[in-house]
Amino acid sequence: MSETASGPGAARVPLLTIDELTVALPPDGDRAEAVSRISFDIAPGETLCLVGESGSGKSVAGQAIMGMLPHALPVTGGTIRFDGAQMPPQRHHDFRTIRSARIAMIFQDAGASLNPVRTIGSQLAEVLAVHGVPRSRRRPRVLEVLHDVALPEPERIARSYPHQLSGGQAQRAVIAAALLLRPGLLIADEPTTALDVTTQAEILTLIARLQREHNLAVLFVTHDFGVVAQIADRVAVMQQGVLVESGQARDVLRNPQHPYTRKLIAAVSPAPRILEHDEETPILQARDVNLVYRSGFLGNRKALHAVKDVTLDIARGRTVAVVGESGSGKSSLARCLLRLEDIDSGSIRFKEEEIADLTGAPLRRLRRSIQVVLQDPFSALNPRQTVLSAVAEGPIIHGTPPAQARVKAAELLDLVGLSAQAGGRYPQEFSGGQRQRICIARALALEPELLIADEAVSALDVSIQAQILDLFADLQSRFGFAILFITHDLAVARAIADDILVMRAGEIVEHGPASRVFAAPEHPYTQALLAAAPGLDLFQKGSAA
Amino acid sequence: MTDVHSTAPLARKRPAIPLSVKLALGFVALFVMFALFGHVLTPHGFRETSLFHRLEPPGSEGYWLGTDARGRDLFARLVTGAQITLVVAIVGTVIGAVLGSLLGIMAGAQRGKTEAVIVAAIDVQASLPIIIVALFMLAMFDNSFTLFLLLVGLNGWEVYARLMRGATLQAKESGYVTAVRALGATPARIYLRHVLPNILNIALVQFTVNLPLTILLETALSFLGLGVQPPLTSLGQIMSEGRDRLMTAWWLTLLPGAIIFCLALSVSMIGDWLRDRLDPTLRSER
Amino acid sequence: MIGYILSRLLRAMLTMLVTVTLVFLFIRLSGDPAAALVPPDAPQSVIDQYSRAMGLDQPLWQQYLGYLAGLAQGNFGFSIHTGIAVEQTFLRRLPYTLHLGGTALALAVAIGIPIGALAAIRRGTPLDRLVMGFSVFAFAMPNFLFGLVMILVAALAFGTFLGGESANVIWPALTLGLAAMGSFARFTRSSVLETINAPYMRAAEARGVPFAKRLLRHAAPNAAIPLVTLIGLSLGALVAGSVVTEQVFAWPGVGQLLVRSVATRDLAQVQFLVLVVAATMVMANLIVDLLYLVIDPRIRAK
Repeated sequence: MSETASGPGAARVPLLTIDELTVALPPDGDRAEAVSRISFDIAPGETLCLVGESGSGKSVAGQAIMGMLPHALPVTGGTIRFDGAQMPPQRHHDFRTIRSARIAMIFQDAGASLNPVRTIGSQLAEVLAVHGVPRSRRRPRVLEVLHDVALPEPERIARSYPHQLSGGQAQRAVIAAALLLRPGLLIADEPTTALDVTTQAEILTLIARLQREHNLAVLFVTHDFGVVAQIADRVAVMQQGVLVESGQARDVLRNPQHPYTRKLIAAVSPAPRILEHDEETPILQARDVNLVYRSGFLGNRKALHAVKDVTLDIARGRTVAVVGESGSGKSSLARCLLRLEDIDSGSIRFKEEEIADLTGAPLRRLRRSIQVVLQDPFSALNPRQTVLSAVAEGPIIHGTPPAQARVKAAELLDLVGLSAQAGGRYPQEFSGGQRQRICIARALALEPELLIADEAVSALDVSIQAQILDLFADLQSRFGFAILFITHDLAVARAIADDILVMRAGEIVEHGPASRVFAAPEHPYTQALLAAAPGLDLFQKGSAA
Repeated sequence: MTDVHSTAPLARKRPAIPLSVKLALGFVALFVMFALFGHVLTPHGFRETSLFHRLEPPGSEGYWLGTDARGRDLFARLVTGAQITLVVAIVGTVIGAVLGSLLGIMAGAQRGKTEAVIVAAIDVQASLPIIIVALFMLAMFDNSFTLFLLLVGLNGWEVYARLMRGATLQAKESGYVTAVRALGATPARIYLRHVLPNILNIALVQFTVNLPLTILLETALSFLGLGVQPPLTSLGQIMSEGRDRLMTAWWLTLLPGAIIFCLALSVSMIGDWLRDRLDPTLRSER
Repeated sequence: MIGYILSRLLRAMLTMLVTVTLVFLFIRLSGDPAAALVPPDAPQSVIDQYSRAMGLDQPLWQQYLGYLAGLAQGNFGFSIHTGIAVEQTFLRRLPYTLHLGGTALALAVAIGIPIGALAAIRRGTPLDRLVMGFSVFAFAMPNFLFGLVMILVAALAFGTFLGGESANVIWPALTLGLAAMGSFARFTRSSVLETINAPYMRAAEARGVPFAKRLLRHAAPNAAIPLVTLIGLSLGALVAGSVVTEQVFAWPGVGQLLVRSVATRDLAQVQFLVLVVAATMVMANLIVDLLYLVIDPRIRAK
C-alpha cells in the first residue's frame, strides 16, 4: 500500500492526501460505515483509479473531498489534506472557493449534470462569475475551454442547450466547465460508464491529454478494470468500504494480490471461448431482414430503418454474439428474430420452416423453441407473481398440468443456483444477479432450442456478470441450445462467442468466428471498436490467470 | 451505481399508522355508523314536522341538534342526509372509476381509432368542469335522482381514463410483459394476469383522491338547489334550506357543513396515506 | 416546432367542434329548441319562423350545419325571461367574474407558490408540515361553507355584510382562491423538491455555485415549467368554484347567472354560457401549450 517514488528523478510530492478516512452510514444501512479507514494520495500529473463495484463506497471518497457529503453520512475519522492544508469540515462555506477553482468534479451522466433550460455558455460563464472573474473576461475564457476540449464550433455549442448535444459532446462540455479555473485536481466519477465504447475511448484520450497539458492530478472512479488498464498510473481497489489493494497500476494488473482484485480483473479479461464442436446444421436462418419503425402522422411522419438487409445463420448448439453500440439495431434484430415485431421484408427460417409471417396459434407454438432473457432484471419479472409461478408459467401456457410445471420449475430454480425456498418469494426480494438467474430459469422451462440474450448481463456488476456468463455456458453444454447474445461489451462477447456479428446503423458490417474477428478484424469499424475497447488489447497477450 | 446500500434481499417493515390518519379513520367509521344507525337514536322521522318546535337551537329538549323552519328534527335529517350523501359519493365514485378505467385501458390496449376517439372524449371532458356539464344537463332534463347520480358519477372519469391509458401503455412495454409474450401467452392472459393487477392500484389511488371531490360536488350542487331534491335530502340540501336563516339559525347550515368538511378531510387524509403506502417506487427495491 | 403548433391548434379546434356538436345533440334531445330559444310570450308565428329559420323540418345533419352557421354569425338566441340577447347579459356580468376570478388567482399564486417553495426547501420541518396541513385543509373545505362562515363571522363580529355587488372583492376571492392556494402550495412543493434533488443541482454545487443562486437560477426555472400547466388547469377549478361562490356572496357575476338560468330553464342562456366556458378553457389550454414553447427549450426542438 505504500509505494516508493517512481518515474524519472524528482521526488513525488502528493497534491491530495487521504489518511484513514472513515465515513459512517445511517443506522439502517447494511453496514456501519460507507468507507472505513481508507488512505491514498495523488501527485500532480498522476492518475489514480479508484475501482470498485456498486456499494463499494468509491463515490463517497470523491464527495468527501469536495465537501459535499450529505448530513446523513458524517465523517467519523481520518483527514483529507490538499496542497499542504487540511480541508474544512463538510459543507463548510470555505469549500466554495475550493470547488472548481482548485478541485473540480465531473459525474456520470453529463447531460443530467447540466441545467436543461439554460445554454451551455451561460452555465459555464456562471462558474466564472461565481468565482469573481470580471464579465469581460468570461466569454473569451468559455470559448477557450470549449476549444480546448476539442468541441467543434465552440460558439454554436455555447449557444446550445444540453439536449442538443450528444453524450460525448455533453461530457466534453462538462469537462470544459471543470477546467475553467485551472484546478489542480480533477475528480471523475464514472464519467464514461454511460457512453458508447468509441465515445468512451475519445473521452479517456481527452482526459489524458488535458492531464499532460495542465499537469492535472486525476482521481478516476470506475468499476471497469479495462479503463484502469488504459489510463491508470496507480490504482486502489475498494470492496464494501475497505481498500483491499493499491499500488502502481502495472504491478497490480500483472500481479494482483487480493482475491477480490483477481476476481475483478478476471471478469474483464476472461479466457476466450474454446470451440467445443463444429456442428454446422443451421437452426435459424435470416435472409435480408428489414425492419422500419414508423411514427407520427400527417406532416410529421418519421421512419427509422432499424434493421437493414440482415443475413445471418445460427447453428445448433453454438453461441453467436451480436456486437454493436447504441443505435446499431442489435436489439431490434433480436425482436425480429423473436417475432415480437413484424419484419418489413426478408425471410426468417427456423428449422426449415418460414416463421416471418406466422401469427396467432402457430406463432405461440413457435415460442416454445425461441426464448429470451432481457436486459433489465428489475423489470423483467411481474412484481405480483411468485418466482416459482413465473418460471412455471411457460409450460402451463403450453398445456403442462400446473402441478407438474411447478415441480419442473423448482428443479430449474435449483439448477440456476437458487435455494428451494426461493420459489415462494417475490422478485423484489432478490438481487439483480439472482433475478437474472430466475429469468434464465423461466426461459429454459420451455426447453427452447434457441435462447436470445439481449444485453443480459449489462445491468449487473462486473463480478456477477462473470457468474452469469458461466451459468449460460454451463446450461448450454447441458441442454444443447444455441445462444444469440446481444451485447455492446466486447469483453463479454469474447468470453462466450463462437461466432461474432458486428452491427452498425442497422447493418452487419462484419461476421465470422470469434477468434478470427478478434485477432484480425477486416472492417474498419470493427477495428475501431476493438481499438477503443478499454484494456482489451492489454489482455489479449494472455497476461492474467 | 454509486449508492452504498446493498442489493441483498431484505424484509420490509410495516410502517405505523400516523395519529392523524387514525383520527381520520375514526371519523369515517363514526360517520358511517351515524348514517347506518343514527335513526335509532332519535324518535323523530326526517320528514316529521312540528308547528310548536320550529327553529329551536341545539340542546333543546327532545331535539339534540335543534329544528328547522318546519319544525323538523335536525338530527334525523342529518342522518338521512348522511345516508344519501354517502350513497351518492360512493356509487358516483365507483361509476367514474369503472367507466374511466375501462375506457383508459381500452385506449391503451387497442390504439388506433378506438384510442383516438377516447382521447378526443378525454380532451372534451377536460375542457368542461363537471359542474358545468351537470348544470347543462339539469337545465334540459328533469332532475331525477338517477340522472343526478349519473352526473355526479361522471366526476373525474377523464382522469381515470388518462391515468389507465398511460399505465397500460407503460405496462405493455415493460420487461415482464415482453417476456410473458415471448413465452407464448395469449393477449387475454397477458392483460388479465399481468397488466391488470399491476395497474389497478393506480386506479385505487385515484379513487381515494376522487372520493372527496365527489362528495364536494354533490353537496355543492345540492346546496345550489340543483342536486338532491325534496322530499329526499342530503347534507348539502339541508344547508341550502338553512342558508337564508344563517344569522338566526346558524346550526342549520354550519352543522351539516362541518360534517361535510370533516368527511372530505378524513377521506382525503386516508387517501394520501394509502397513496404513500402503495407508491410503486416503494414496492421494488433496487 | 411547426408540427407542435399545428397539432395543438388542430386538437383545440377538434375539441371545440365536438363540444359544440354534443351541445347541439343534447338540446335537440331535450325538446323543442325553437320554443326554448324565444321569449315565452312570443306568438306561434314567431316560433314557426324560428323553426323554419332553424330548419327543424330538415334532416338532422342539415340542422347541425345551420346551427354551426348561426354560431359563426353570432346568433346565440335570446333569454326566455328578459328577452335580451344572451351575449349581452353575459357581457354585462363578465367584468364581475373576471374581477373575482382574477383576484382569486392572484391570491393563489402570491400565497400558494411561495409557501409551497418554502415547504420544499425546509422539508421535514414544522413549517413544511404546516404548509401540507394547510393544503389538505384547503382541499377538503367546501367553498360554500367557508364563505358562509366568513359572512356569519363578519356579520356577528363586525356587523358588516360581505355580500352584494358593492362589497369588497377580497372576501369572495379568498373563498374562491382557497382551494387553489392549497393545490398550488402542494404542487409547488413537489416540483421544487424534484428540482432540488436533480443531478444538475449537485453538479452546480460541485462547480461552486452558492445555494441561493442555485435555487434561483437552476431550480426555479425548471420548477416553474410544470407550474404553468397547473395554472392553466386551475382555470377550470376557478370557473367551477365561482358558480358556488357567487351564489354565496350574491356576487353579480356569470356564475350566478348560470345558476339562475339553469333553475329557470333558460336554455338559450345556459347553452351560450356552456359554450363560452368550453371556448375559454380550450383557449387557455392552447395558450399554455404554446407558452411551453417559450419556456422549455426542449419542446422547441421537436
